[in-house]
This record gives sequence, C-alpha cells and structure tokens, in this order.
Amino acid sequence: MAGITVDEKICKGCGLCANACPKKVISISEHRMNQNGYFIAEAVNPQNCIGCAFCAIMCPDCAIVVER
Amino acid sequence: MKVFQKTKMLTDAHLHYCPGCTHGIVHRLVAESIEELGLQEKSIGIAPVGCAVFAYDYFNCDMQEAAHGRAPAVATGIKRCLPDRLVFVYQGDGDLASIGMAETVHAAARGEKITIIFINNSIYGMTGGQMAPTTLIGQKATTCQNGRDPAVNGYPIRVCELLATLDAPYYIERVSTHDVKHVLAAKKAIKKALQFQAEGRGYTFVEVLVSCPTNWHMRPVDALRFMGEECTKTFPLGVFRDKSEGKQ
Repeated sequence: MAGITVDEKICKGCGLCANACPKKVISISEHRMNQNGYFIAEAVNPQNCIGCAFCAIMCPDCAIVVER
Repeated sequence: MKVFQKTKMLTDAHLHYCPGCTHGIVHRLVAESIEELGLQEKSIGIAPVGCAVFAYDYFNCDMQEAAHGRAPAVATGIKRCLPDRLVFVYQGDGDLASIGMAETVHAAARGEKITIIFINNSIYGMTGGQMAPTTLIGQKATTCQNGRDPAVNGYPIRVCELLATLDAPYYIERVSTHDVKHVLAAKKAIKKALQFQAEGRGYTFVEVLVSCPTNWHMRPVDALRFMGEECTKTFPLGVFRDKSEGKQ
C-alpha cells in the first residue's frame, strides 16, 4: 500500500507537490495551517497513491516521505 | 518500504527559502549526489552571498562562507591545498554573473578542478527583486519597472555559453527544475559534474534554472510554468561542453 507522509511543521504550502501529483492525491488545505501560518499540504485521496514520489521530488523543503 | 526520504547529507534545519522557491530542490540534488558518490566525509562546500547564504547550515559537510562573488577564488585555494577533497561551489546569479564574474571566468580559464553549481533565477532574490545580469528581456524588476529594455539595461548574460568559449572547462551543462522530468535530469547533470571532479578531470559547471515566485510576483506553480516556457527560451537547456564524450 503506497502512501505519503507530510511533515506539517516544515511544509510551506507552495503547492508544487499537488501540481506534480498525477493521481490528484494531494491538495493544499483551506483551513489547516501550521505554526508558521502556512496552509499545509495533505493527502485528500490517499487510496489513489501509487508511490511514484513525484510530490517528494518537487517538494523544495523535503517535507514528504513516500512509502510503498 | 520507504521509497523517498530526506538524505542524511542535509541537516534537519528548516530551509529559510520562500514557499515554492526551487532552491531547496537543488540543495537536495547536490546533497543526494554527494551521498550516492559516497564522498560526504571528503566534501567541502563554499556558500555564496545571496539567497543561499545560509547553505552552510543545510549541508551536512564542511562548509565555508565566501565574500560576495569570491566563492570560486576561495574554492581554488581550498582545492589546491587539499586536492583529494570534493570542493563544490553553490552560487546564485547575482553572485556569480555580476560581482563575481571575474573570479568565475578566471577560475574556469585556469581549469581549477572544482564544481560550480550556478543557480539562475534571473533576479536578485535576497535584496528584494532588483534586475540581475540574467533578467529576461521585458521582465519586470524593481530597478527596471517597465520591463528590461535592451536599449537601457542591455541583454541577459548566458554564462554557460560564455564559459564554453574557454578551452579549460571539462563539463558545462544547463538544466532546469520546472517539472519532475527536468529535476531528474538536473540530478544526473550534478552527479556527473561531481563525479568528474572526484576523478580529477577538471573544471565542471552546472547551471540550474530556478524560480523566484516572490520577486516574479507569481504563484509558485505559475512561476514553474513561466520558467519552463520563457526562461528556457533565453537560456536553452543542454550540454555545452563534455570532454568525456568529445564535445568541445
């Protein structure tokens, strides 16, 4: 079962992961924010994740761990 | 099984870059390449002045800060004293192509056995978005508010092409970070450059196009699109010199 874990403390909500995801697994939250005031990325459709790691490759802050 | 996690070559410090700035991607690519080559204990990095000034906090190896633009000169000294080390320089466009142009060109002309990672975001990021030598024609900056006009501000400098006129450089390539495919290609280029240096072959130079959503006044995703569509027109991607394949 593939899946991602976003480190919410260091996510800056830039959305590059959501843009890169071919399965639309990730989206930037509209109401949850972290201690820095950034709206964070979250897996909204985790069941669709194929573990391609495109999100992690595009994440500038190394905030995503991908498992498969 | 973890298929992707942060490399140990990067420290746990949180990057200070703006959201969506692809500087962080390039940090990771350099760090992963060094780790994969197994040269972490032998690496010495030179941090520039500019957005990447705190690079010494992020790389988990010996780092040295240099005066503005003088990183290739510092790297020359370190590499000549410690020739068995892997010396890499991480510089932005204001640092490398403007104030440090003399050091850059002469280090290349001497063929110092160092690796330069040149981050080209076509603007001065840290100081607030002034025009850089690499700003595109028509691109707005705080010091050319109606867009860069060649009659007043001149034309952007293409550093890869400029250095490719010299005889000494061993490997020169320009890569981009605007999508997954190009990030993977960038990783390959950076690793190749570091490997050539580790083998003692000569001066290696990799230019990486990076976005600056804050100073381009764009959303991060739009900045990547702009980079892929516009920046790559002015700065065509490709290999400009690779002596290992006989490309002069």
